[in-house]
This record gives sequence, C-alpha cells and structure tokens, in this order.
Amino acid sequence: MPFNILLFGITRDIVGRPQWQPSLAGPLTVADLRAHLYAQYPALASLRSLAVAVNNEYAEETQLLAEGDEIALIPPVSGG
Amino acid sequence: MSRYQRQLVLPQFGPAGQARLLAAKVLVVGAGGLGCPVLTYLAAAGVGTLGLVDGDRVAASNLHRQVLYTDADVGQPKARVAAQRLQALNPDVAVHPHPEFLTAQNALALLAPYDLVVDCSDNFATRYLVNDAAVLLGKPFVFGAIHQFEGQVAGFNLGPLSPTYRCLFPQPPAPHQVPNCAEAGVLGVVAGLVGLYQANEALKILAQLPGVLDGKLLTINLLDYTQRIIKLRLVIDKSQVRLLPDYEAYCQTTTTTPVMQTISAPVLAEALAAGQPWFLLDVREPWEHDLCHLPGAHLAPLGQLAAGLPALLAQLPAEGLVAVYCHHGVRSAHAISFLRQHVAPARLFNLTGGIHAWAEQVDAEMAVY
Repeated sequence: MPFNILLFGITRDIVGRPQWQPSLAGPLTVADLRAHLYAQYPALASLRSLAVAVNNEYAEETQLLAEGDEIALIPPVSGG
Repeated sequence: MSRYQRQLVLPQFGPAGQARLLAAKVLVVGAGGLGCPVLTYLAAAGVGTLGLVDGDRVAASNLHRQVLYTDADVGQPKARVAAQRLQALNPDVAVHPHPEFLTAQNALALLAPYDLVVDCSDNFATRYLVNDAAVLLGKPFVFGAIHQFEGQVAGFNLGPLSPTYRCLFPQPPAPHQVPNCAEAGVLGVVAGLVGLYQANEALKILAQLPGVLDGKLLTINLLDYTQRIIKLRLVIDKSQVRLLPDYEAYCQTTTTTPVMQTISAPVLAEALAAGQPWFLLDVREPWEHDLCHLPGAHLAPLGQLAAGLPALLAQLPAEGLVAVYCHHGVRSAHAISFLRQHVAPARLFNLTGGIHAWAEQVDAEMAVY
C-alpha cells in the first residue's frame, strides 16, 4: 500500500528529498516500516533515535499502519 | 510599571501575569544563537531572576546570529557580556551569569534554584544532561534546536505525567550522524525565530497562558513556513532517571572520534589538474548527477551504496585516494562512515561543501541547484 512519508532534518539529506511515497506490502507496523527504511537507507539506522509520528502523533513500534496514513520521520537536531 | 504597560493591558496577561513573571526564576542554558533572543525577551518582559550558563567566549563567527554581542566583545566570556547587556536592558531583573559549561558535576546545583529551564544548547551531550537533571529535580524545561532552516520546540517535564526529551529521542545519535550549526550552517534569523518560539513558550508557562506545548513537539520549516505539532507520550519511567557520569563520552562528541578527512574544492581541482589519479565518487541521486557532476565521477547513490558495494569495489583501484562528494557534503560524510568498513579510511576524503562548493569556487559554468 502507498504511504506518504514526510522527511525532517537530516533524513531529508539522507533520502535526498523532502517527501517520499514508497509502496510497501501491508499489513505493516511502525517497526516493519522502520526495517524497510533502514534496509534502503542504512544511514537512517545510525541516527539510533529516529522518531516516527503517524498522523501527527508519536507512534509506538507495534502500531499498525493504515492506507493513507501520513508518516513523519523526525530525527534529533542539535543546533543552537 | 510603565515599562510593562503594553503587556499589562493584554487581558490574558494583565497584572497577574506580570506578577508571576517578576516572581519567576529562569535558567537559560547556552547564550548562543537560541539563547540570545530568549535572554533578551525574557529580560525585557520582566522575568524577575534570570540565570545564564555558558562557558564559551564570543567568536567573530557568532556575531551573525548571537545579537547580544558586538564586534568589540570578541574574545570576552559570553556569560559576562550577556549579563551586562541584560542588566542595562532591564534593571528590574536579577541577572546571574554562570561563566562555565553545564556538566554532570555542576548541573543539579545550577538548576536547583530555578523554576524553569530553557535549553538553548548546541550539542547533544548538554541536551541529554539538561533533560536528565531537569527530570531528576522535577523542573519543567523548554527545548529548542535547529537544523539549517528547520526548528524544533517543545515543553518537557511540565508535570509528573508530562513527556521528556528521552520519550522522543531515547538515546543520542551516533557521532557525526547529525551535523551541528558549524557543520550544517545556519542563518541568524532561523536561530532568532526558533529562540523566540522558546521565549514565547517560557512566558506562556510562567504567566499561565493557554496553549502551552506540554509534551508536544512543534516543528517549524522556515523555507516553506510549514509547521506541525506532534503529540508525544510519556514512555520512560521518570523514577529511573539518573545523571550519567560523563555526557560527552555518552554522546562521543567530535573530540573523541576519529576525524574524517576533508578536501576543499580548489585543492582537489589543483590535484586533478596536476594529474593525480583521484577516484571521484558521486553519492547523489541519478537526477542530480545528470544536472552536473565532476568529470569522470563514478555514480553510486547513498541509498544503494550497500547493495552496490561489490560493483563499486570492483571498479575502485587497489590503491589511491578517493574523493567522495554529494550536494553539500552531508550525504558524502554518511557514505564515508559506511565505506570506512570496506576501504582504508586513510584513502577517503569528503569534498567540503560538496559539488555546490565546486561550482562556486572552481567551475563557474557548472549548473547550480
């Protein structure tokens, strides 16, 4: 099923674009999505803490994704 | 009270809000890009006691965003200079400069006297330390951070059930994976705006105004002006939080990790012109490569680097230097982190500023995007 993934901070540089619409076979949890992303972009795994929000709410790893969900990848940011 | 007249007439704020500000004690950690606007506006608004912690000295490269300082302050301790300016701005405020860095040894004593902490630091070690110390002491804190044109702002630990920074990011990123402002660059206005959001949150919390970002992360994009609020959850057990002995070591910040070798565009151009056999590795996407690339560069997009490794290694000469580049130098740094496991690190160089720097400094004809 298609997803719209919004990329923030360094994830935008790693993936090379601000949004990404991969099509992945469902059903899929947040943890499954993470595994797909890390396999394609190993640098995402190096972030160690990469928050995933689904429809503007922090998502647990076991949360099941539904078609049309808006997913945001939020990496830590340190600058000040 | 004529100084505060314009905020006193605000019905939501009024004399009660002003009284709360004057009674409040706020500690600002970091008097840099975020700290300067936070300190300036909290002092101007009449926060009664304002502490600032910063062990740094003013540098010329700070002045474009750290607007409390002037050219004449270069080399002076930030905490002292900032305290003088703030005191002159508003004599009502008791300003307490702490010209030292926040450490696991001094954090609890420094935070303890204050009602609210504002994290304006510029590194993960301090951010995790502020979080852990604030949670241990039960102090609310306002978080703010920037990456290029993006900002993050949140209110953390505002009450026993309020989420913390570790609920969002349980552990710091691996070293070098997230660049700081020195590496990624920042415009002064971005730091200024994000700092003002932090100051706004601090004033809302202190004056008990509605709409506080309690356990909510506000993301701000200052290029397209999109904002989002992400609702967070308390996922850690606050009673288990302890201070770690050494946050620098915990985050393995720049000083403790091997330095990545870099080469500037003009130096690489000179080496190539002299006939040195550099292997040029472009880790951008194919469409970027089509727009512009260095002559003879080998394309291996970062996302396919692991999958395409055997093919890449087959084409890579057994010895000789490798210049890795992308658009601005961030993806190529990631590529080098990965390639170091397969190619002698001494052979790998990151092209500083990427192909953008090459277009600016070497080849004026090159397409810029």
